[in-house]
Order: sequence, then structure tokens, then C-alpha cells
Amino acid sequence: MEHKIINSDVLIIGGGTAGCYAAICLGERSGLSVAVADKADIRRSGCLAAGVNALNAYITDGHKPIDYVKYASKDADGIAREDLLLDISERFNAVTADMERRGLTILKDSSGKYISRGWRNIKINGENIKPILAREVRKQKNIAVYEHVNITDLRTDGRVRGAYGFGINDGAFYEFRARAVLVATGGASGIYRPNNPENLPHQMWYCPFNTGAGYCMGILAGAEMTAFEMRFIALRCKDTIAPTGTLAQGAGARQVNSKGEIYEDRYGLTTSQRLWGTVAENRNGCGPCYLRTTGITADQEESLYRAYLNMSPVQTLKWIDSGYGPSVRDVEIDGTEPYIVGGHTAGGYWVDRERRTTLEGLFAAGDAAGGSPQKYVEIAAEGIIRYLQEYSEYGDSERLNSQAEAKKAEYEHHINSTSGTYTPHQIETAMQKVMDEYAGGIRTDYIYNENGLKLADEKILGLTELIQPAEVSDTDDLLALYEVRERLIVARVLIAHLMARKETRWRGFQENADYPEKKREYECFINSVMRDGKIQIIRKNLVHIGDDQA
Amino acid sequence: MSITINQSKCTGCKNCICICPGNIIRLDAERKAYLKRPSDCWGCLACMKSCPVQAITMMLPPELGGQGGKLSLRTDGHRTEWTVTRSDGTRRTIITDTEEANQY
Repeated sequence: MEHKIINSDVLIIGGGTAGCYAAICLGERSGLSVAVADKADIRRSGCLAAGVNALNAYITDGHKPIDYVKYASKDADGIAREDLLLDISERFNAVTADMERRGLTILKDSSGKYISRGWRNIKINGENIKPILAREVRKQKNIAVYEHVNITDLRTDGRVRGAYGFGINDGAFYEFRARAVLVATGGASGIYRPNNPENLPHQMWYCPFNTGAGYCMGILAGAEMTAFEMRFIALRCKDTIAPTGTLAQGAGARQVNSKGEIYEDRYGLTTSQRLWGTVAENRNGCGPCYLRTTGITADQEESLYRAYLNMSPVQTLKWIDSGYGPSVRDVEIDGTEPYIVGGHTAGGYWVDRERRTTLEGLFAAGDAAGGSPQKYVEIAAEGIIRYLQEYSEYGDSERLNSQAEAKKAEYEHHINSTSGTYTPHQIETAMQKVMDEYAGGIRTDYIYNENGLKLADEKILGLTELIQPAEVSDTDDLLALYEVRERLIVARVLIAHLMARKETRWRGFQENADYPEKKREYECFINSVMRDGKIQIIRKNLVHIGDDQA
Repeated sequence: MSITINQSKCTGCKNCICICPGNIIRLDAERKAYLKRPSDCWGCLACMKSCPVQAITMMLPPELGGQGGKLSLRTDGHRTEWTVTRSDGTRRTIITDTEEANQY
């Protein structure tokens, strides 16, 4: 492998929405040199590859940032960092205006005011949100973008000083040397067996290429993680796994069971309760469940066709191909497999208000950051600028050089091994089966118990040992191999977190059958650190903000 | 989800290979694009939007309720013309425009 060394002040790992926006902020507000590494092409990489059609974090007239903080905190049943939530809520509207200035289309009335969908959402056309962000990144003279480069590990000698990866197309070994690193790799999908495992495993809500890389590299370097047990399970249009918010919040469709009864009110309206209600109705023999869309007008239906083409085109294809649009047939809904995703729940890196992780030199943004179930990345960019005013060294010690050589040798070992026991794909499928059956997947209605988790932990450890001799024939396989390694590490930490929360806090997202009640003593964060391969659990206090402080 | 690449239309420009967020499209020995790992496709359609000769279509698989209809598209600046061709040959065309916001 050719050894490429890239020096910059800041390395951003991941060029999705978070990574691109952070890069633009650094480009415009500092003279720092920035390298952005992405495993694909930043015009369409990450969660928003297909688009998005609402911004669900906006403070409309008559509301204040603290209202959003309290809403998000309540939705997470109190397990939220209100300090982090307040920081972001105070910036929602300015960042939205900035995105509009850069070319994002937002729905407005005749007087030029945004038209909202509920009190905290506005309607947009975000089909091109990634191409817009990519174009803005390319305008910055101090940013260099490295695409089709997969980062696997941090470069660290106690302080994080860059990262290592390989080129998927050029087959080179990449050593990024930087004074500060921002992890913006998104969350983790593909840990559990998905809805359509046989032929369509990637027919899923979250981006299937967000494999938990950022979590994994931090965990292996000893970073503190939080709230992995607060999993996110999306309530989606059945089979297509297309969004339901556009129908529920946009078109006012209610959740009904097969008898036509509106059931959502019986279970509560938090995000996890909406999911749980659907699971319970199905279990009680009242399924299938639907969003009641029948009776909408022809104009509304046309508008929904366009809305879905701009974010999840498969749903429009299904409506037209089947001959039954949402005006004549209710839309069936179902839960997905669980994900770890800091933008919807609180799982991710434990960060401070500057978005510094517990590792010196490492910051986290977007879905990779934890503690608050919504994210904005401008703050991380500002935190990095302040941090680099104090620190200036790259680090070039013997230790770092031998670390780079060892990592390069590891990649080469995999590429050059001519035969292997199992393929990365086989190991991944086995992992998903274990998590589904023993760690609260779709099969058990997301419920788990301690005995099952112990078995899951043992089996996941066993699967981890199959990675070293796995079959790899090119860099595509090498990518698949590191992706399954990432998922296995995330799965281990997730199991430890599920075990540690000896209560049931968010039925649906986290239901521990051994402890079916909510307990006061668990009004805290469950955090973890991996040391010498062992996971240590730490409790952290909640951070609440009084109305007088906001 | 899975897309289909019509190799007789493909010019080997590599746009789709470059843009795919999963790195799952590759060039074969005849310099035509092919889906190397079909089950890994997310259905985001970044490839279809990048193809200059409309060589890529999407079909709904039977387990998702597919009836054999195919989705294709043609992009012209901010306008995209989407066409669903049903198995009986009838067509339905929808225009989207990134300058028009979603109404829902």
C-alpha cells in the first residue's frame, strides 16, 4: 500500500450534513486548514442522500428555545442534557436562515414568513440539501476533501492527533495528521436484523452505510459514550420503510388499528410511545396498524407523491405501481429494527458544551454526539476554533510512527490473505441474528432480559474473533470487513448499556423484562468506557435547566 | 431496494460509481457499470440522478408489494421528471422542482 500523509489543522471524519456544515463554518470563520474525509462522495453521502422534506427543529413565533428544550427532554423521559439542548435551540433559526441563504427551499406564505408544520417544524424541499452543502464546502479555499477514503482508527498518543484509513478506489494507506479531529460519522445501523433480511437488508430507515465507525474508533481509543441503551426505532410505512411524519404531522393522519379505532391516544404521544402503541396493538391481535389517510383530496395526494419523491421515492413508486394511492387506502405502518443515532435519541459520545469528547483533541457533532436528542454542528466548529487557539503541535513521536506502520500492516494483512474462513457479510448476518434474538430486536417486540443479553454478549465476542481470518479479496471487501468490526464493537457496548439500565424507561426503545417498571434511581445517564477490552459502566447526573436560567 | 442498470445504454462515464453512498457500483471488464452488491442498495437513487443517459431504473421488488412497475427519471436543472411505467405499459409522470417546497 502506498503511504499518503495529509497534514491539516483540523480533520473532519465524515462529510455528511454535520461534517459539511462544520467544514463550512471553519472555512468561513477561521484561517485553519481543514481536511474532510468521507467514504463516499459528499454530494450524496450520509443520511440525507435521498433528501429530506422538513426541518423538525425550528422555533416558531410565540415560542422560545426553552420550549424546545423542555419538549425534547420530555420526549426522552428526562434523560437529556438540557444544557446541550439549550445551546442548539438558541441557534435553530439562525442556522435555518443561513441554509436558506445558501439555496435551501423553504415553504413561505405571501408575506415571506415560513409556514410551519406544528410549532417546531417547517416545510422545505431538501432533495438537494447534500449537493448544496457539498458546493458550499468546495467554495472554501482552506478545505481539502478526500472522498472514497474510509477511516477506521484514531491517531493518538494520549491526545487525538489525526486518524488512519484506506482509499477504497486507490488502495492507499491514509495517515491524516491534525491538531484537532471532529467525528461526524453519523450513528449506527445494521446492528440488528432488519425488516426484510433475506433480499432487501438495506431497505431501512437509517443510512445503511452509517456503520458506527465514529463510535467504534472512539470506543477503542477509550472515549466515554453515553445512553446507547436509548435506542431509536422508527415507526415507518410498512415494507418501504418510508417516513410517516409527512403523513401524520403534515396531512394530519391518525394511527388506527385494523378495527378502525384510533389507538395513539391510549399509549401516549412521545416518539417511543407512538412506536410502542403499534407494537402493542399488533401483539393484542388488533393489527395491522395504519395511518388513516383515506379521504384526502386528489390535490393532497399529488402533493404527497412529490413530497415522497423528494426524500423516499420508493413510497411514491409503491402507491402508483399498486394502483392504490393514500387517498383510497390507509397506509400500513410498522416498526424498524433498532438503531443508535444521537440525532433522535441520546446515544453517542459524551461531550461538553464545546462539543469536546473525553479524549483530548477529539470533538463530536451530528448523530455521533450524545446526550441530547437533537444536534447542530456550528457549536463544535466554534469549539474547535477556541481549542486551537491554545494548542499548536502536530505530534510526531516514535509512538505515532509505529502506530501508523502497525495499522498499515493490518490492512495489508487482510488484503494479502488469500483465503479466509467466513466473509464479512456472513459475520454481519450472524451478528444481526444474535442481536435480534437476544438483545431486544423485532423478533421479541424489542423486549430483552439479562439472561438473553449475557448470551448475546458471549456470541458477539465469538463473532469478533472471526474477523481476523475473514475472507477479503479487494478494498470493497476490506470496507465491508471494517464495517462489520465497527458494528460488533458498537453491539458489545450497546449490550453493556442495556444490561446496566435495570428498569424500563422507554417502552419500545428500551424494555427490560426483568425490571418492567421505571425507577427513580435510574434518572441518570448510563455512560461507558472501554479499557483493555473490558467495558466499565459509569453513571452521570442529568443536567436540567430551570426556566429562569433560559 | 435495488436498481437496474441497462448496460446497452451505459457509456461507462462512472458518474454512478462515484456518487453511490455505499460504493457498491463498479465497472465490469466491458467498461459498463454494474451493481456489485445488489442487496446493499439503499434505494436513494443518487445514481439515477447522476446518469446522463437514463440507463438506471428502479423496480419495486415483490416483497415490498411491487407489481412490476418501473421508476425512471430525467433531471434538467432544478426540475426532475419522474416516470412510473406500469407492467401493462401505462405511464404516469410527475414533475418535482427543488425550488418548490414540500406542502406537507
